[in-house]
Amino acid sequence: MDLEDLIALAEAEQRDRAEIEVRVCTAAGCLSSGSRPVVSALERALADRGLTPRVRLREVGCMRLCCEGPLVAMDVLETVSSPEPSLYGKVTAGQASVLVDVIDNKQATTEGLQPIDSNGPFFSRQRSVVLEHCGLVEPERIESSIALGAYRSLHRALHDLNPAEVVELVTRSGLRGRGGAGYPTGLKWATVAKMPPGQKYVVCNADEGDPGAFMDRSILESDPHRVLEGMAIAAHAIGADQGYIYVRGEYPIAISRLDTAIRQSKRLGLLGSAIFDSTFNFRVDLRIGAGAFVCGEETALIHSIEGLRGTPRPRPPYPAESGLWGHPTLINNVETYANIPVILREGADWFTQIGTEHSKGTKVFALAGKIRRAGIVEVPMGVPLRDIVDQIGGGPPEGSTVKAVQTGGPSGGCIPAELLDTPVDYESLKALGSIMGSGGMVVMDQDDDMVGVARYFMKFCMDESCGKCVPCRAGTVQMYRLLDRIECGDATNDDLVLLEELCDLVQHASLCGLGQSAPNPVLSTLRFFRHEYESRFVEPTGPRSSSVSSEAR
Amino acid sequence: MAVKTLSLDGQLISARDGQTLLEAARESGVSIPTLCHLDGLDPVGACRLCLVEVNGRLMPSCLTRVAEEMEVWTQTERLQRYRKQIVELLFAERNHICSVCVANGNCELQDLAMRLGVDHLRYAPQEPQCEVDLSHERYGLDHNRCVLCTRCVRVCDEIEGAHTWDVAGRGTNCRVITDLHQPWGSASTCTSCGKCVMACPTGALFHRGASVSENVHDRETLHALILAREEKQWLV
Repeated sequence: MDLEDLIALAEAEQRDRAEIEVRVCTAAGCLSSGSRPVVSALERALADRGLTPRVRLREVGCMRLCCEGPLVAMDVLETVSSPEPSLYGKVTAGQASVLVDVIDNKQATTEGLQPIDSNGPFFSRQRSVVLEHCGLVEPERIESSIALGAYRSLHRALHDLNPAEVVELVTRSGLRGRGGAGYPTGLKWATVAKMPPGQKYVVCNADEGDPGAFMDRSILESDPHRVLEGMAIAAHAIGADQGYIYVRGEYPIAISRLDTAIRQSKRLGLLGSAIFDSTFNFRVDLRIGAGAFVCGEETALIHSIEGLRGTPRPRPPYPAESGLWGHPTLINNVETYANIPVILREGADWFTQIGTEHSKGTKVFALAGKIRRAGIVEVPMGVPLRDIVDQIGGGPPEGSTVKAVQTGGPSGGCIPAELLDTPVDYESLKALGSIMGSGGMVVMDQDDDMVGVARYFMKFCMDESCGKCVPCRAGTVQMYRLLDRIECGDATNDDLVLLEELCDLVQHASLCGLGQSAPNPVLSTLRFFRHEYESRFVEPTGPRSSSVSSEAR
Repeated sequence: MAVKTLSLDGQLISARDGQTLLEAARESGVSIPTLCHLDGLDPVGACRLCLVEVNGRLMPSCLTRVAEEMEVWTQTERLQRYRKQIVELLFAERNHICSVCVANGNCELQDLAMRLGVDHLRYAPQEPQCEVDLSHERYGLDHNRCVLCTRCVRVCDEIEGAHTWDVAGRGTNCRVITDLHQPWGSASTCTSCGKCVMACPTGALFHRGASVSENVHDRETLHALILAREEKQWLV
């Protein structure tokens, strides 16, 4: 395969477009609200009416407004007169014939269909960079990705740039890791690239495990070739020939689509040996995680790929120096890799114009909770949280008011309503005791109990602790018990003192990020909602209960 | 051999290149508490008792190598507080009742508690249901006393080469196991060498039928073995 073949393939796919195309979302959200029967019903209805050659049905990935799923979009070629392109939500299999009527122009009425304003604030306030092709390409057909330009950036990286130039481009773009910590991506790449030549690895961390987060899942299910292309570019830049995608086992659709994507790319010579007739070889293998949250931590992830127990080890040495089987290893998150092709295509300067001074580009969030419009949103960095909640999300449902927004899952914190004007960037969120995290965003209203929220996340961390270091293994248990007592109105101020002391220990003495960030939900709710803790205290009566003053043995 | 100079608790000391802070501190007569560490085994930095402050950052001294111009503090008020909390957490985690333990008087956890001044527990005992495995003919395993330091796992893997031991479960439900979670007595890889019992810091692994005074954890034999293998020094 060379560039001409790639372009020919893209053109063939473009030529092949039908007059009317019906796109149905088959990402996890819409599948779970029943898009599979809709696809079958539409297929049958189109065939029955003899519309099949003129109208094509395409199974695509996430169209973002997940709460309105299953979503069906209709595209019409400009040369064809009517019907109007449109987007429908909550489509049922029974409505397939009505939809086909609309397509067939037989019946003007769209009775029962729920049209969605695709120019509304949910879509218009977003900026698509990473998700530009999500919901447009068919994740199980490589041709459809190629038609929209997939693997062009890889070709450019291999033939027009040398590895150092690719690293330089990524560095200049200012891209920072989208897994949550925000480490400069270019610096990470440069570090691995500068290690002595020899075996190196590229790893994609697709072990997204935060409660309330589903961004990486959407990207993998909707546009897998984008991630593969980003990894291949990274491999070329740092001198690796082997990559691993570590996906959590709870994402069967993502796994199957990645598997298909890898096979299709190999068949076309876009992965494997002598890619684009160059000397660059790159093989990608999937590794399925067994569902341990800690395996999202990079050193635990490395152990897991090696076939060992998924426990973290202290850093340094960082994986860039000593990773998989002791070799230099580049680990980035799904969204980070998904940013790479567009940075090569549009250039570093273009990318730096999006976002803020220290946080460039866009960020994908999974917006959920007490909000009218939930789903996947992509916004430029620096947008105030309030814009995401009120304009994109449409604010809280009737009769409720926003109390706080939880970002960053169990490693993050709750930002109170009065601070919603905070811009979304790494530093601002950190200053509030929260983090960007991988991008989970849960809106909470006046009925949500902040002690309960802290207790929920502490239970998660307690259950997911790997058990290696004492502060995390034993400390989270004690913190959970104290939170439980406080929530039940069974605690005194002494328990809160004990809780805060434990927060300090677990945060500073734990071995890995799981333990170090486990107290964050407690600390941030204490910072902004301390009264909710204090309002539950009971007056201490007589000697303290047995749980606190056990004699030393 | 290159030598590094660094400051330890305000005193300038010199250390050999490649030494860990723990080794350098011990050579200078500064004792840092440890639990998961055992000379000769790969350090894992898991108990967090040996944390020291290096240029303001907390680092495990068993794993951190000396470097030029490091400023290391080993006994700050904050570190002492953390160490005490960690030992308290360990006591509250399982059923460490010294008066009825075979390791009473010969237990590193007990020593740590005395050294750090742990005279009462502020945390609620977890009181887990722990089993006692007496299926092995010579040794016993009492999960009630286990602190999950993984010395048994490492000594079996690295010194004996059997890898009978491992860890199963997650979080506070972690348990050391033999083979594929079989009773110790039916673990076919176990050579009954007893190195795990020698390495155990508490009464979790013990000689069956031996009294408290007879259940001595024999670290000297382990050290002699390691010296013999790695440095070809044979102590007779």
